[in-house]
Amino acid sequence: MKTVLGELAVGMQTEKTMTEPPNGLMVAQDVDFYYGNFQALKKVCLEMPPQKITALIGPSGCGKSTFLRCLNRMNDLIDGTRLEGLVTIDGHDIYSKDVDVVELRKTVGMVFQKPNPFPMSIFDNVAYGPKIHGMKKKADLEVKVEECLTRSFLWDEVKDKLHQSALGLSGGQQQRLCIARTIAVNPEIILMDEPCSALDPVATAKIEDLMLELKEQFTIVIVTHNMQQAQRASDTTAFFMLGELMEVAPTRDIFLRPKNKRTEDYISGRFG
Amino acid sequence: MSTPAFLNPPAHTQKRKRRNLIFQSICLFAAFIAVAILCTLIYKVVVDGVGRVSLDFIKANPSQMFPDKAGIWSPLVGSMYIMALTIIFVVPVGVAAAIYLEEFTYRKNRLVRFIQVNISNLAGVPSIVFGMLGLSLFVTIIGLGKSILTGALTMSILVLPMVILVTQEALKAVPKSYREASLALGSTQWQTIRRAVIPRAIPGILTGIILAASRAIGETAPLIVVGAVGLVTFPPDSLDDRYTVLPLQILDWIGQPKEEFRIAAAAAILVLMGLLIVLNSLAIIIRARQQAKG
Repeated sequence: MKTVLGELAVGMQTEKTMTEPPNGLMVAQDVDFYYGNFQALKKVCLEMPPQKITALIGPSGCGKSTFLRCLNRMNDLIDGTRLEGLVTIDGHDIYSKDVDVVELRKTVGMVFQKPNPFPMSIFDNVAYGPKIHGMKKKADLEVKVEECLTRSFLWDEVKDKLHQSALGLSGGQQQRLCIARTIAVNPEIILMDEPCSALDPVATAKIEDLMLELKEQFTIVIVTHNMQQAQRASDTTAFFMLGELMEVAPTRDIFLRPKNKRTEDYISGRFG
Repeated sequence: MSTPAFLNPPAHTQKRKRRNLIFQSICLFAAFIAVAILCTLIYKVVVDGVGRVSLDFIKANPSQMFPDKAGIWSPLVGSMYIMALTIIFVVPVGVAAAIYLEEFTYRKNRLVRFIQVNISNLAGVPSIVFGMLGLSLFVTIIGLGKSILTGALTMSILVLPMVILVTQEALKAVPKSYREASLALGSTQWQTIRRAVIPRAIPGILTGIILAASRAIGETAPLIVVGAVGLVTFPPDSLDDRYTVLPLQILDWIGQPKEEFRIAAAAAILVLMGLLIVLNSLAIIIRARQQAKG
């Protein structure tokens, strides 16, 4: 008995040193969410694993954006909201009293529907996060900004105009800048709320390429209205309707063999 | 082939259009009344007083003996003191209060609602009431006397609600997306306010401050209550001094029987209006720039 346990322990040890298990497993368990008396989410259970892209789909008003905003406690900012149930990152309850919401949002980054760069230079946009978290040296900031812009496929397009206003960029470039800004604070999880809905197909394709690249390091959760996008870019798809999670499955399965009648109706365009 | 309706409008269409024209005329007339009054006022004052406005008029102190040589130096300096001190007192308090109400209290509790309602009400309280408050609080209880400091403090509480409300509007006008972007990067609320919100709200806040300044040099009633005097023949040089302000000087001159004083009053009104127009134009320019930037 002893030896078996010992072997097990050794085995776990080596496994850990060989391949560090990636952080950023996000789990929602029986999440109910209320805006005042209106229940926007009903008993939602969903697992969002690291190094995977989880897509949330469903008709407007189904609660998918609300759910996304529960994951970095953005809904805390809305008067009269309440959450019941459990949301965890690597087993830690993010709604527990001990949680520092400011640090949580650093861990769980967010990219919004409409590109929203700050009205300042491209450089300052990316440096914003590192600066507020205490990075002061100009040289460090320069390294960080170049790294993040390179990783978001934007460096070559903007390296000669880093100190021009970010508002002069195209919509797609602005959204990649927002992604660069998000990864600049080293999050583990990136939430994306319809990041391509304001972009043309070419810019959308670039963002999707970028997502596939980024998932090597981050847990990505994306809300999308675009069925093709969910199929192209995601590993798991979750279908929401009227605040309930109707079906969740590997993306291939949900689009080829939806189990739920309503999922089938939605993805084949019969409503929504 | 019959003529289409858009070439030969039926009777009821013509009737609708006539009504449209009538209503348009009524509105135009209403708008014209306001402008007409302003023009008459300006015309009257300019005719009476423009000959009297000169550098000497501005640089001379008022005098009861020599109406021809009387000027507005001491009331002008008094007004400037009141304006500058009011701004110094009211801006930190007003802006901080607005930031608290607008940025730190997204979950509106009863206390916040209570404060908010009272600030809005306070903005509508007649200015003489603030004068009474200033008299009992600053003159009697705190014992600052009938000094220029008392005047400025009274004026500060008078314009405080306005500064708070205008600053709140300026903060509300900053798109929510900047706040969300900043908070989602793990900023504290203060970092978000300082780096993402205030830079965008500054033009709006400045507009409010300038409007408060122009209110501070235009108001008279509360200053009479807290002891500004009609005739002061030397400019104040410390915060304890007795003082007068432009509108009070005008009031004093209008009350005098001699014709020359009435002319001096008209000239003083021109200077005061000039000041107000400059300040208000500044506010408009700042607002226009802000809108141009989007």
